[in-house]
Amino acid sequence: MTWEKLLPLLWDSTVETLYMTFWSSLIAYAVGLPLGVLLVVTRKGGIMPAPTFNAVLGVAINFLRSIPFIIMLAVLFPVTRAVIGTAIGTKSIVFPLIISAFPYIARMVEGSLDEVDHGIIEAAQSMGSTNWQIITKVLLPEAVPSLVNGAAICVTTILGYTAMASAAGGGGLGALAIVKGLNVRKFDVMYSASLLLVALVQLITVFGGRLTRRLDHKHR
Amino acid sequence: MTPQIEIRGLSKIYPIPGGEVHALTNINLTIEKGDIYGIIGMSGAGKSTLIRCLNRLDTPTDGQILIDGENILAMDKKQLRATRRRMAMIFQQFNLLMQKSVARNVRYPLEIAGVPKKQANERVMELLRIVGLEDKANAFPAQLSGGQKQRVAIARALASDPEMLLCDEATSALDPMTTQSILALLQKINQELGITVVLITHEMAVIRQICNKVAILDGGLLAEEGTVDDVFMHTKSAAGRRLFGILPDQEEIPPQPAIRIVFDGESAEQPIISKLVKEIGLDVNILSADIRQLNQKAYGQMMIARPDDPFELQQVMEYLRGLGMTVEEVHVP
Ligand SMILES: Nc1ncnc2c1ncn2[C@@H]1O[C@H](COP(=O)(O)OP(=O)(O)O)[C@@H](O)[C@H]1O
Ligand SMILES: [Mg+2]
Repeated sequence: MTWEKLLPLLWDSTVETLYMTFWSSLIAYAVGLPLGVLLVVTRKGGIMPAPTFNAVLGVAINFLRSIPFIIMLAVLFPVTRAVIGTAIGTKSIVFPLIISAFPYIARMVEGSLDEVDHGIIEAAQSMGSTNWQIITKVLLPEAVPSLVNGAAICVTTILGYTAMASAAGGGGLGALAIVKGLNVRKFDVMYSASLLLVALVQLITVFGGRLTRRLDHKHR
Repeated sequence: MTPQIEIRGLSKIYPIPGGEVHALTNINLTIEKGDIYGIIGMSGAGKSTLIRCLNRLDTPTDGQILIDGENILAMDKKQLRATRRRMAMIFQQFNLLMQKSVARNVRYPLEIAGVPKKQANERVMELLRIVGLEDKANAFPAQLSGGQKQRVAIARALASDPEMLLCDEATSALDPMTTQSILALLQKINQELGITVVLITHEMAVIRQICNKVAILDGGLLAEEGTVDDVFMHTKSAAGRRLFGILPDQEEIPPQPAIRIVFDGESAEQPIISKLVKEIGLDVNILSADIRQLNQKAYGQMMIARPDDPFELQQVMEYLRGLGMTVEEVHVP
């Protein structure tokens, strides 16, 4: 395939990949971040202990997290159709991506918040903070570098999942590599799309790492 | 007058797998306004549990804690938060916000109380001046020494204009020099701002340097309490004597008979030892001496080897008592 034909294909697919990654990451974080906070604060010994709720939430999250993405994609077909209007295409892939990613993000956020020294929380309590103030002014800000580091990992994972979009008629670089590359034996298409995918993951990883170090005032 | 803090029948039991820990048993203490009240005990004696019950970071199993006559255990969340702002706390590990600058740390209590930003920033600079860190406003805690971190913690504690300051081993992570400067700062805060200080430590030197009252905890029980002068000169409890280095810590070390001479304000200046040598002809063997300034008075204790001859011993004891000294026969490690 000539460059004149290949380049627009690569460009369109990159835009599609970024579109899927961006929206599913954003919405999955909107769900996963509060859940991660809940996992930490409702735990026994947390600032708002609710052990039963915490256990139920933990089990639900673990259950969702154990379903492989490709299975989730299939199982959610009818739900996706109801929510998005169609179950096929680039846009519709965002929904199962969100459902797969938010439990993963919740656990990631939980891990980041766990790194905040319990003594700092106690100090905030001793100063007369409300629980909301502790969450918004202590727990989350203190965990920012770790949250950013975790976000880079989550986003690259979601980016990897988008490569399976072709299974539901979605686009993106993964679909390009498989449908218009591998399946029709156009290896130049396959390799250039794959390389671009790898480059995107690298870019996010490096950028995430830099940002984490920049934001961290504790370890330098 | 109502005491600032009154602890009545306080007990704390921690359930642990297969049993329970009696961290505190029936503690009764009264802390008056303006006190620098020291609570001392060995590791595991229940000191942290006690101070954490005072602002309800821990909930007692039994008993009452009255802050200016009000039972903190009966307060709802809102009242509790308001009371906690009146009783600030500092910690051994400083517990600063590591991702926030020094100024933002000190501003935190003002932020959560809704103080306008401009007013808050002015107050922050004033507080940093009090603790001598006005040039570190924009530094981050990780860039500071231990002593500087504790100063930031103290400035932060003072931000809410508290009436009480609770210190849980505030100097235990610091070297001796830095400890001195932090203790001096606490004393200044007590004297100039009239803040009642409750101070927890495992070091008797800290108590003797700045406290006026002391309580000795031993295995969750209150072994002894009173003015520092009193407890030091007439130590009654085994725990107290151990903390003063009188009884051996471990049983294996054979105790050595000794005479403990306690120096109070007047007699410390007298050249006791040379008098003993000259006037009694005793060959004085000093085992240990620990004499320092306390509340503008020379204070301390000295251990000398006990003469084997009972007559000589009696002579020495009478001579020292004649000089108005507090002396007793003890055993030292
Ligand atoms: N959260 C807890 N759970 C179980 N036991 C505890 C807990 N906190 C303290 N203890 C126990 O209570 C006793 C007193 O502890 P603490 O007040 O920390 O002593 P100190 O501060 O004097 O060293 C110790 O035996 C300790 O192991
Ligand atoms: Mg302790």
